[in-house]
Amino acid sequence: MILDTDKEYLEKKLEEISSILPEGIINKLKNSISNYPAQISKEEIDKIIELTLRDYSSSLIHPGEAAGVVAAQSIGEPGTQMTLRTFHYAGVRELNVTLGLPRLIEIVDARKIPSTPMMTIYLTDEFKSDKEKALSVARKIEYTRVESVVDSTSIDINSMAVVIHLDPKMLQDKGVEVEDVTKAIKKLKLGEFEIQQGEDEFTLNIIFQNMDSVTGLFKAREKILSTKIKGLKGIRRAIVKKNGEEYVIITDGSNLDGVLGIKGVDVSRVETNNLHEVEVTLGLEAGRELIAKEIKKVLDEQGLDVDARHIELVSDIMTRTGDIRQIGRHGVTGEKTSVFARAAFEVTVKHLLDAAARGDVEEFKGVVENIIIGQPIKLGTGMVELSMKPATR
Amino acid sequence: MRSSSKKIDPRVHSLVPKHEVLSIEEAYSVLKTLGIGPEQLPWIKASDPVIKAIGGKPGDIVRIIRKSPVIGETVIYRYVVSG
Repeated sequence: MILDTDKEYLEKKLEEISSILPEGIINKLKNSISNYPAQISKEEIDKIIELTLRDYSSSLIHPGEAAGVVAAQSIGEPGTQMTLRTFHYAGVRELNVTLGLPRLIEIVDARKIPSTPMMTIYLTDEFKSDKEKALSVARKIEYTRVESVVDSTSIDINSMAVVIHLDPKMLQDKGVEVEDVTKAIKKLKLGEFEIQQGEDEFTLNIIFQNMDSVTGLFKAREKILSTKIKGLKGIRRAIVKKNGEEYVIITDGSNLDGVLGIKGVDVSRVETNNLHEVEVTLGLEAGRELIAKEIKKVLDEQGLDVDARHIELVSDIMTRTGDIRQIGRHGVTGEKTSVFARAAFEVTVKHLLDAAARGDVEEFKGVVENIIIGQPIKLGTGMVELSMKPATR
Repeated sequence: MRSSSKKIDPRVHSLVPKHEVLSIEEAYSVLKTLGIGPEQLPWIKASDPVIKAIGGKPGDIVRIIRKSPVIGETVIYRYVVSG
Protein backbone atom coordinates (compact mmCIF):
# COMPACT_ATOMS: atom_id res chain seq x y z
CA MET A 1 0.00 0.00 0.00
CA ILE A 2 1.28 3.42 -0.89
CA LEU A 3 -0.12 6.93 -0.56
CA ASP A 4 -1.97 8.27 -3.58
CA THR A 5 0.57 11.06 -3.84
CA ASP A 6 3.39 8.52 -4.08
CA LYS A 7 1.79 6.62 -6.97
CA GLU A 8 3.16 9.02 -9.54
CA TYR A 9 6.59 8.76 -7.95
CA LEU A 10 6.50 4.95 -8.19
CA GLU A 11 5.47 5.11 -11.85
CA LYS A 12 8.33 7.48 -12.57
CA LYS A 13 10.83 5.27 -10.77
CA LEU A 14 9.65 2.16 -12.60
CA GLU A 15 9.85 3.99 -15.91
CA GLU A 16 13.49 4.75 -15.20
CA ILE A 17 14.43 1.12 -14.74
CA SER A 18 12.30 -0.20 -17.62
CA SER A 19 15.35 -0.38 -19.85
CA ILE A 20 17.15 -2.66 -17.39
CA LEU A 21 14.47 -4.99 -16.05
CA PRO A 22 12.16 -7.07 -18.22
CA GLU A 23 8.51 -6.13 -18.38
CA GLY A 24 7.29 -9.10 -16.37
CA ILE A 25 9.45 -8.27 -13.37
CA ILE A 26 8.43 -4.61 -13.40
CA ASN A 27 4.75 -5.56 -13.36
CA LYS A 28 5.32 -7.96 -10.50
CA LEU A 29 7.27 -5.32 -8.59
CA LYS A 30 4.52 -2.77 -9.11
CA ASN A 31 1.86 -5.17 -7.92
CA SER A 32 3.68 -6.24 -4.82
CA ILE A 33 4.49 -2.67 -3.81
CA SER A 34 0.94 -1.40 -4.28
CA ASN A 35 -0.67 -4.41 -2.62
CA TYR A 36 1.65 -4.74 0.35
CA PRO A 37 -0.39 -4.75 3.61
CA ALA A 38 1.72 -2.09 5.35
CA GLN A 39 2.27 1.42 4.07
CA ILE A 40 5.45 2.01 2.10
CA SER A 41 7.13 5.40 2.04
CA LYS A 42 9.06 7.04 -0.76
CA GLU A 43 12.41 6.15 0.76
CA GLU A 44 11.34 2.54 1.10
CA ILE A 45 10.30 2.45 -2.56
CA ASP A 46 13.77 3.63 -3.48
CA LYS A 47 15.31 0.96 -1.31
CA ILE A 48 13.09 -1.80 -2.72
CA ILE A 49 13.91 -0.85 -6.28
CA GLU A 50 17.59 -0.70 -5.50
CA LEU A 51 17.49 -4.17 -3.93
CA THR A 52 15.55 -5.54 -6.88
CA LEU A 53 18.10 -4.18 -9.30
CA ARG A 54 20.95 -5.67 -7.32
CA ASP A 55 19.22 -9.04 -7.07
CA TYR A 56 18.44 -9.03 -10.76
CA SER A 57 21.95 -8.21 -11.88
CA SER A 58 23.44 -10.85 -9.60
CA SER A 59 21.15 -13.56 -10.96
CA LEU A 60 21.92 -12.90 -14.60
CA ILE A 61 23.96 -15.53 -16.39
CA HIS A 62 27.65 -14.70 -16.11
CA PRO A 63 29.85 -14.58 -19.18
CA GLY A 64 31.31 -18.01 -19.76
CA GLU A 65 28.74 -19.87 -17.70
CA ALA A 66 27.84 -23.28 -19.12
CA ALA A 67 24.13 -22.57 -19.54
CA GLY A 68 23.61 -25.66 -21.68
CA VAL A 69 25.16 -28.00 -19.14
CA VAL A 70 23.02 -26.51 -16.38
CA ALA A 71 19.93 -26.96 -18.54
CA ALA A 72 20.87 -30.57 -19.31
CA GLN A 73 21.33 -31.36 -15.62
CA SER A 74 18.16 -29.57 -14.63
CA ILE A 75 16.06 -31.57 -17.08
CA GLY A 76 18.03 -34.79 -16.75
CA GLU A 77 17.86 -35.21 -13.00
CA PRO A 78 14.05 -34.97 -12.69
CA GLY A 79 13.92 -37.07 -15.86
CA THR A 80 15.27 -40.05 -13.95
CA GLN A 81 12.14 -40.03 -11.84
CA MET A 82 9.79 -40.14 -14.78
CA THR A 83 7.61 -43.11 -15.35
CA LEU A 84 6.49 -44.92 -18.40
CA ARG A 85 2.92 -43.93 -18.60
CA THR A 86 0.08 -43.75 -20.99
CA PHE A 87 -2.87 -41.62 -20.13
CA HIS A 88 -6.32 -42.88 -20.96
CA TYR A 89 -9.36 -40.78 -21.53
CA ALA A 90 -12.19 -41.89 -19.27
CA GLY A 91 -14.88 -43.66 -21.20
CA VAL A 92 -13.14 -43.65 -24.54
CA ARG A 93 -11.23 -46.81 -25.12
CA GLU A 94 -9.49 -45.83 -28.34
CA LEU A 95 -8.06 -42.54 -27.12
CA ASN A 96 -4.87 -42.66 -25.15
CA VAL A 97 -2.01 -40.24 -25.01
CA THR A 98 1.65 -41.07 -24.59
CA LEU A 99 3.10 -39.11 -21.72
CA GLY A 100 6.12 -39.38 -19.49
CA LEU A 101 9.53 -40.46 -20.70
CA PRO A 102 8.46 -41.90 -24.08
CA ARG A 103 6.80 -38.62 -25.01
CA LEU A 104 9.81 -36.58 -23.88
CA ILE A 105 12.09 -38.70 -26.03
CA GLU A 106 9.70 -38.26 -28.92
CA ILE A 107 9.85 -34.47 -28.61
CA VAL A 108 13.63 -34.13 -28.40
CA ASP A 109 13.99 -36.65 -31.25
CA ALA A 110 11.66 -34.40 -33.30
CA ARG A 111 9.78 -37.39 -34.71
CA LYS A 112 7.77 -36.67 -37.82
CA ILE A 113 4.70 -38.41 -36.43
CA PRO A 114 4.14 -38.77 -32.68
CA SER A 115 3.09 -42.21 -31.44
CA THR A 116 -0.29 -40.86 -30.39
CA PRO A 117 -1.12 -37.85 -32.54
CA MET A 118 -3.97 -35.88 -31.08
CA MET A 119 -5.75 -32.62 -31.69
CA THR A 120 -7.91 -30.37 -29.57
CA ILE A 121 -10.16 -28.34 -31.80
CA TYR A 122 -11.94 -25.32 -30.44
CA LEU A 123 -14.98 -24.04 -32.28
CA THR A 124 -16.21 -20.60 -33.27
CA ASP A 125 -18.90 -18.81 -31.23
CA GLU A 126 -21.64 -20.09 -33.51
CA PHE A 127 -20.76 -23.75 -32.96
CA LYS A 128 -19.23 -23.99 -29.52
CA SER A 129 -22.30 -23.88 -27.28
CA ASP A 130 -24.50 -26.27 -29.26
CA LYS A 131 -23.76 -29.96 -28.94
CA GLU A 132 -25.51 -30.89 -32.20
CA LYS A 133 -23.52 -28.31 -34.16
CA ALA A 134 -20.29 -29.44 -32.54
CA LEU A 135 -21.13 -33.02 -33.46
CA SER A 136 -21.76 -32.03 -37.07
CA VAL A 137 -18.26 -30.55 -37.26
CA ALA A 138 -16.79 -33.64 -35.62
CA ARG A 139 -18.51 -35.89 -38.17
CA LYS A 140 -17.20 -33.76 -40.98
CA ILE A 141 -13.58 -34.25 -39.95
CA GLU A 142 -13.70 -37.89 -38.89
CA TYR A 143 -12.21 -40.09 -41.58
CA THR A 144 -14.91 -42.56 -42.58
CA ARG A 145 -14.49 -45.41 -45.02
CA VAL A 146 -17.17 -47.61 -46.50
CA GLU A 147 -15.80 -50.41 -44.31
CA SER A 148 -16.76 -48.62 -41.09
CA VAL A 149 -20.46 -48.46 -41.95
CA VAL A 150 -20.74 -51.96 -43.39
CA ASP A 151 -22.36 -54.80 -41.52
CA SER A 152 -21.44 -57.65 -43.88
CA THR A 153 -20.53 -58.28 -47.51
CA SER A 154 -21.02 -61.18 -49.82
CA ILE A 155 -20.13 -62.06 -53.39
CA ASP A 156 -22.65 -63.21 -55.93
CA ILE A 157 -20.85 -65.21 -58.62
CA ASN A 158 -24.02 -65.78 -60.57
CA SER A 159 -24.49 -62.14 -61.52
CA MET A 160 -20.88 -61.10 -60.87
CA ALA A 161 -21.88 -58.73 -58.11
CA VAL A 162 -20.63 -57.55 -54.74
CA VAL A 163 -23.41 -57.31 -52.18
CA ILE A 164 -22.97 -54.88 -49.32
CA HIS A 165 -25.17 -54.76 -46.25
CA LEU A 166 -24.91 -51.44 -44.49
CA ASP A 167 -25.33 -51.10 -40.75
CA PRO A 168 -28.08 -48.53 -40.03
CA LYS A 169 -26.74 -47.91 -36.51
CA MET A 170 -23.27 -47.11 -37.74
CA LEU A 171 -24.69 -44.93 -40.51
CA GLN A 172 -26.50 -42.86 -37.93
CA ASP A 173 -23.49 -42.73 -35.61
CA LYS A 174 -21.18 -41.49 -38.33
CA GLY A 175 -23.81 -39.20 -39.83
CA VAL A 176 -23.71 -40.86 -43.25
CA GLU A 177 -26.63 -41.37 -45.62
CA VAL A 178 -26.94 -44.37 -47.95
CA GLU A 179 -26.65 -41.90 -50.85
CA ASP A 180 -23.25 -40.75 -49.60
CA VAL A 181 -22.04 -44.34 -49.78
CA THR A 182 -23.32 -44.89 -53.32
CA LYS A 183 -21.84 -41.57 -54.40
CA ALA A 184 -18.45 -42.52 -53.01
CA ILE A 185 -18.54 -45.91 -54.72
CA LYS A 186 -19.66 -44.42 -58.06
CA LYS A 187 -16.50 -42.34 -58.21
CA LEU A 188 -14.31 -45.45 -58.15
CA LYS A 189 -12.57 -46.55 -61.29
CA LEU A 190 -13.39 -50.25 -61.39
CA GLY A 191 -14.46 -50.65 -64.97
CA GLU A 192 -18.11 -50.75 -65.89
CA PHE A 193 -20.51 -51.36 -63.03
CA GLU A 194 -23.86 -50.28 -61.73
CA ILE A 195 -25.29 -50.00 -58.26
CA GLN A 196 -28.72 -51.47 -57.59
CA GLN A 197 -30.71 -51.44 -54.43
CA GLY A 198 -30.97 -54.87 -52.86
CA GLU A 199 -33.79 -56.48 -50.92
CA ASP A 200 -34.00 -53.58 -48.41
CA GLU A 201 -32.78 -49.98 -48.41
CA PHE A 202 -29.56 -50.86 -46.60
CA THR A 203 -28.43 -53.45 -49.13
CA LEU A 204 -26.47 -52.47 -52.20
CA ASN A 205 -25.79 -54.75 -55.16
CA ILE A 206 -22.83 -53.67 -57.18
CA ILE A 207 -23.02 -55.51 -60.48
CA PHE A 208 -20.02 -55.65 -62.78
CA GLN A 209 -20.55 -55.98 -66.51
CA ASN A 210 -17.16 -57.02 -67.79
CA MET A 211 -15.78 -58.93 -64.86
CA ASP A 212 -14.40 -62.27 -65.98
CA SER A 213 -12.84 -63.73 -62.87
CA VAL A 214 -13.82 -64.22 -59.26
CA THR A 215 -10.47 -62.89 -58.05
CA GLY A 216 -11.25 -59.62 -59.80
CA LEU A 217 -14.45 -59.51 -57.82
CA PHE A 218 -12.58 -60.00 -54.55
CA LYS A 219 -10.17 -57.23 -55.50
CA ALA A 220 -13.06 -54.92 -56.31
CA ARG A 221 -14.60 -55.65 -52.91
CA GLU A 222 -11.36 -54.65 -51.16
CA LYS A 223 -11.28 -51.42 -53.12
CA ILE A 224 -14.88 -50.62 -52.32
CA LEU A 225 -14.43 -51.24 -48.62
CA SER A 226 -11.43 -48.96 -48.33
CA THR A 227 -13.10 -46.10 -50.17
CA LYS A 228 -13.29 -42.83 -48.28
CA ILE A 229 -16.78 -41.42 -47.76
CA LYS A 230 -15.85 -38.21 -45.96
CA GLY A 231 -13.44 -36.74 -43.47
CA LEU A 232 -9.82 -35.76 -43.25
CA LYS A 233 -6.94 -38.10 -43.82
CA GLY A 234 -5.27 -39.15 -40.59
CA ILE A 235 -8.13 -38.42 -38.22
CA ARG A 236 -9.29 -41.77 -36.95
CA ARG A 237 -11.81 -40.60 -34.41
CA ALA A 238 -13.36 -37.31 -33.36
CA ILE A 239 -15.06 -36.96 -30.01
CA VAL A 240 -17.07 -34.04 -28.73
CA LYS A 241 -16.33 -33.18 -25.13
CA LYS A 242 -17.56 -30.45 -22.84
CA ASN A 243 -14.72 -28.26 -21.66
CA GLY A 244 -16.04 -25.72 -19.16
CA GLU A 245 -18.68 -23.69 -20.96
CA GLU A 246 -17.96 -24.79 -24.50
CA TYR A 247 -17.82 -27.96 -26.55
CA VAL A 248 -14.48 -28.95 -27.98
CA ILE A 249 -13.55 -31.74 -30.36
CA ILE A 250 -10.79 -34.11 -29.39
CA THR A 251 -9.41 -36.24 -32.16
CA ASP A 252 -7.33 -39.36 -32.44
CA GLY A 253 -4.91 -38.57 -35.24
CA SER A 254 -3.84 -35.20 -36.49
CA ASN A 255 -4.24 -33.19 -39.68
CA LEU A 256 -3.71 -29.53 -38.88
CA ASP A 257 -3.73 -28.29 -42.44
CA GLY A 258 -7.04 -29.98 -43.16
CA VAL A 259 -8.74 -28.96 -39.94
CA LEU A 260 -7.89 -25.30 -40.49
CA GLY A 261 -9.97 -25.37 -43.68
CA ILE A 262 -13.14 -26.68 -42.01
CA LYS A 263 -15.99 -24.26 -41.33
CA GLY A 264 -16.74 -23.72 -37.66
CA VAL A 265 -13.20 -24.32 -36.41
CA ASP A 266 -11.62 -21.53 -34.39
CA VAL A 267 -8.46 -21.11 -36.43
CA SER A 268 -6.59 -19.20 -33.73
CA ARG A 269 -6.87 -21.90 -31.08
CA VAL A 270 -6.50 -25.27 -32.82
CA GLU A 271 -4.05 -27.45 -30.93
CA THR A 272 -2.11 -30.48 -32.06
CA ASN A 273 0.80 -32.41 -30.63
CA ASN A 274 2.39 -33.04 -34.01
CA LEU A 275 5.48 -30.80 -34.14
CA HIS A 276 6.15 -31.38 -37.80
CA GLU A 277 2.66 -30.30 -38.89
CA VAL A 278 2.90 -27.12 -36.83
CA GLU A 279 6.28 -26.33 -38.34
CA VAL A 280 4.95 -26.76 -41.85
CA THR A 281 1.65 -24.88 -41.52
CA LEU A 282 2.30 -22.31 -38.78
CA GLY A 283 6.02 -21.76 -39.09
CA LEU A 284 9.21 -22.31 -37.17
CA GLU A 285 8.47 -19.98 -34.28
CA ALA A 286 5.17 -21.70 -33.59
CA GLY A 287 7.04 -25.01 -33.65
CA ARG A 288 9.54 -23.68 -31.14
CA GLU A 289 6.72 -22.55 -28.89
CA LEU A 290 5.07 -25.95 -29.15
CA ILE A 291 8.28 -27.82 -28.26
CA ALA A 292 8.62 -25.77 -25.07
CA LYS A 293 4.94 -26.19 -24.30
CA GLU A 294 4.89 -29.94 -24.83
CA ILE A 295 8.03 -30.57 -22.76
CA LYS A 296 6.59 -28.41 -20.00
CA LYS A 297 3.32 -30.33 -20.18
CA VAL A 298 5.08 -33.69 -19.82
CA LEU A 299 7.13 -32.52 -16.84
CA ASP A 300 4.20 -30.80 -15.11
CA GLU A 301 2.04 -33.85 -15.52
CA GLN A 302 4.67 -35.91 -13.70
CA GLY A 303 4.86 -33.33 -10.93
CA LEU A 304 8.39 -32.25 -11.81
CA ASP A 305 9.30 -28.61 -11.43
CA VAL A 306 11.80 -27.51 -14.06
CA ASP A 307 12.40 -23.86 -14.80
CA ALA A 308 10.90 -22.75 -18.11
CA ARG A 309 14.20 -21.19 -19.21
CA HIS A 310 16.00 -24.54 -19.34
CA ILE A 311 13.27 -25.88 -21.58
CA GLU A 312 13.32 -22.78 -23.77
CA LEU A 313 17.04 -23.26 -24.27
CA VAL A 314 16.35 -26.75 -25.61
CA SER A 315 13.68 -25.49 -28.00
CA ASP A 316 15.90 -22.59 -29.11
CA ILE A 317 18.75 -24.93 -29.96
CA MET A 318 16.45 -27.32 -31.80
CA THR A 319 15.16 -24.53 -34.06
CA ARG A 320 18.41 -22.61 -34.53
CA THR A 321 19.11 -23.47 -38.14
CA GLY A 322 15.70 -22.79 -39.59
CA ASP A 323 14.07 -26.15 -39.15
CA ILE A 324 13.32 -28.42 -36.23
CA ARG A 325 16.31 -30.67 -35.62
CA GLN A 326 16.45 -33.51 -33.15
CA ILE A 327 18.93 -33.56 -30.31
CA GLY A 328 21.04 -36.46 -31.44
CA ARG A 329 22.97 -38.12 -34.19
CA HIS A 330 20.79 -36.83 -37.03
CA GLY A 331 20.40 -33.34 -35.64
CA VAL A 332 22.18 -30.98 -33.31
CA THR A 333 25.05 -33.29 -32.34
CA GLY A 334 25.50 -34.75 -35.80
CA GLU A 335 25.95 -31.33 -37.38
CA LYS A 336 28.71 -30.14 -35.05
CA THR A 337 31.71 -28.90 -36.97
CA SER A 338 34.25 -30.61 -34.76
CA VAL A 339 35.17 -34.16 -35.76
CA PHE A 340 36.16 -35.18 -32.24
CA ALA A 341 32.91 -33.85 -30.75
CA ARG A 342 30.91 -35.97 -33.18
CA ALA A 343 33.12 -39.00 -32.71
CA ALA A 344 32.77 -38.74 -28.93
CA PHE A 345 29.01 -38.95 -29.19
CA GLU A 346 28.08 -41.95 -31.32
CA VAL A 347 29.52 -44.14 -34.11
CA THR A 348 33.09 -43.09 -33.37
CA VAL A 349 34.89 -45.04 -36.05
CA LYS A 350 32.68 -43.88 -38.89
CA HIS A 351 33.22 -40.22 -38.06
CA LEU A 352 36.99 -40.57 -37.71
CA LEU A 353 37.23 -42.55 -40.93
CA ASP A 354 35.11 -40.10 -42.92
CA ALA A 355 37.02 -37.15 -41.53
CA ALA A 356 40.32 -38.76 -42.47
CA ALA A 357 39.10 -39.54 -45.97
CA ARG A 358 37.88 -35.99 -46.48
CA GLY A 359 40.84 -34.36 -44.81
CA ASP A 360 38.79 -32.44 -42.24
CA VAL A 361 40.48 -29.94 -39.94
CA GLU A 362 39.95 -29.93 -36.20
CA GLU A 363 39.98 -26.42 -34.84
CA PHE A 364 39.65 -27.20 -31.12
CA LYS A 365 37.11 -24.49 -30.44
CA GLY A 366 34.52 -26.49 -28.53
CA VAL A 367 34.44 -28.22 -25.17
CA VAL A 368 34.48 -31.92 -26.00
CA GLU A 369 37.44 -31.88 -28.36
CA ASN A 370 39.57 -29.90 -25.92
CA ILE A 371 38.83 -32.35 -23.11
CA ILE A 372 39.81 -35.25 -25.36
CA ILE A 373 43.29 -33.87 -25.94
CA GLY A 374 43.64 -32.53 -22.41
CA GLN A 375 43.59 -28.82 -23.02
CA PRO A 376 41.75 -26.29 -20.84
CA ILE A 377 38.28 -25.66 -22.21
CA LYS A 378 36.92 -22.27 -23.18
CA LEU A 379 34.35 -22.03 -20.42
CA GLY A 380 34.11 -19.95 -17.28
CA THR A 381 37.59 -18.86 -16.23
CA GLY A 382 39.06 -20.77 -19.17
CA MET A 383 37.43 -18.28 -21.50
CA VAL A 384 39.67 -15.38 -20.71
CA GLU A 385 43.24 -15.05 -21.78
CA LEU A 386 45.53 -12.76 -19.89
CA SER A 387 48.35 -10.93 -21.44
CA MET A 388 50.82 -8.90 -19.49
CA LYS A 389 52.07 -5.53 -20.53
CA PRO A 390 55.34 -4.85 -18.74
CA ALA A 391 55.52 -1.40 -17.20
CA THR A 392 57.64 0.96 -19.21
CA ARG A 393 60.66 2.11 -17.43
CA MET B 1 -6.99 -33.70 -49.08
CA ARG B 2 -9.00 -30.53 -49.51
CA SER B 3 -6.44 -28.44 -47.67
CA SER B 4 -4.28 -26.23 -49.83
CA SER B 5 -7.21 -24.84 -51.83
CA LYS B 6 -7.80 -22.34 -49.01
CA LYS B 7 -4.59 -21.14 -47.37
CA ILE B 8 -4.98 -19.79 -43.89
CA ASP B 9 -2.81 -16.94 -42.69
CA PRO B 10 -0.65 -18.51 -39.98
CA ARG B 11 -0.38 -15.21 -38.12
CA VAL B 12 -3.89 -15.51 -36.66
CA HIS B 13 -2.91 -18.56 -34.61
CA SER B 14 -2.15 -18.08 -30.93
CA LEU B 15 1.10 -20.07 -31.15
CA VAL B 16 2.62 -17.68 -33.67
CA PRO B 17 4.42 -14.64 -32.19
CA LYS B 18 4.63 -11.32 -33.99
CA HIS B 19 7.21 -11.20 -36.80
CA GLU B 20 8.38 -8.08 -38.60
CA VAL B 21 11.01 -7.45 -41.24
CA LEU B 22 13.61 -4.86 -40.23
CA SER B 23 14.65 -2.03 -42.52
CA ILE B 24 18.32 -1.95 -43.53
CA GLU B 25 19.16 0.83 -41.06
CA GLU B 26 17.45 -1.00 -38.21
CA ALA B 27 19.10 -4.28 -39.12
CA TYR B 28 22.46 -2.58 -39.20
CA SER B 29 22.03 -1.00 -35.78
CA VAL B 30 20.82 -4.31 -34.30
CA LEU B 31 23.92 -6.15 -35.56
CA LYS B 32 26.10 -3.30 -34.36
CA THR B 33 24.73 -3.45 -30.79
CA LEU B 34 24.99 -7.24 -30.71
CA GLY B 35 28.46 -7.11 -32.25
CA ILE B 36 27.89 -10.07 -34.58
CA GLY B 37 27.43 -10.87 -38.22
CA PRO B 38 23.97 -11.72 -39.53
CA GLU B 39 24.70 -15.44 -39.95
CA GLN B 40 25.45 -15.70 -36.24
CA LEU B 41 21.80 -14.99 -35.47
CA PRO B 42 19.40 -17.93 -35.36
CA TRP B 43 18.10 -18.64 -38.83
CA ILE B 44 14.68 -18.95 -40.34
CA LYS B 45 13.93 -20.23 -43.81
CA ALA B 46 12.44 -17.99 -46.48
CA SER B 47 9.92 -20.77 -47.17
CA ASP B 48 8.56 -20.52 -43.63
CA PRO B 49 4.81 -19.77 -43.84
CA VAL B 50 5.03 -16.73 -41.57
CA ILE B 51 8.03 -15.27 -43.42
CA LYS B 52 6.12 -15.75 -46.67
CA ALA B 53 3.12 -13.95 -45.16
CA ILE B 54 5.14 -10.90 -44.11
CA GLY B 55 7.15 -10.93 -47.35
CA GLY B 56 10.63 -11.66 -46.02
CA LYS B 57 13.46 -12.35 -48.45
CA PRO B 58 16.73 -14.22 -47.88
CA GLY B 59 19.17 -11.79 -46.28
CA ASP B 60 16.53 -9.94 -44.26
CA ILE B 61 16.59 -9.80 -40.51
CA VAL B 62 13.29 -10.46 -38.76
CA ARG B 63 12.35 -9.20 -35.34
CA ILE B 64 10.22 -11.64 -33.38
CA ILE B 65 8.35 -10.48 -30.31
CA ARG B 66 7.59 -13.46 -28.13
CA LYS B 67 5.23 -13.41 -25.20
CA SER B 68 6.81 -15.44 -22.46
CA PRO B 69 4.95 -16.19 -19.24
CA VAL B 70 8.14 -15.79 -17.22
CA ILE B 71 9.49 -12.43 -18.32
CA GLY B 72 6.74 -10.87 -20.39
CA GLU B 73 7.68 -9.75 -23.86
CA THR B 74 11.02 -10.76 -25.30
CA VAL B 75 12.52 -9.64 -28.56
CA ILE B 76 14.70 -11.94 -30.62
CA TYR B 77 16.06 -11.67 -34.13
CA ARG B 78 16.32 -14.24 -36.87
CA TYR B 79 18.23 -14.14 -40.11
CA VAL B 80 16.24 -15.20 -43.17
CA VAL B 81 18.11 -17.83 -45.17
CA SER B 82 17.10 -19.33 -48.49
CA GLY B 83 15.45 -22.71 -48.42
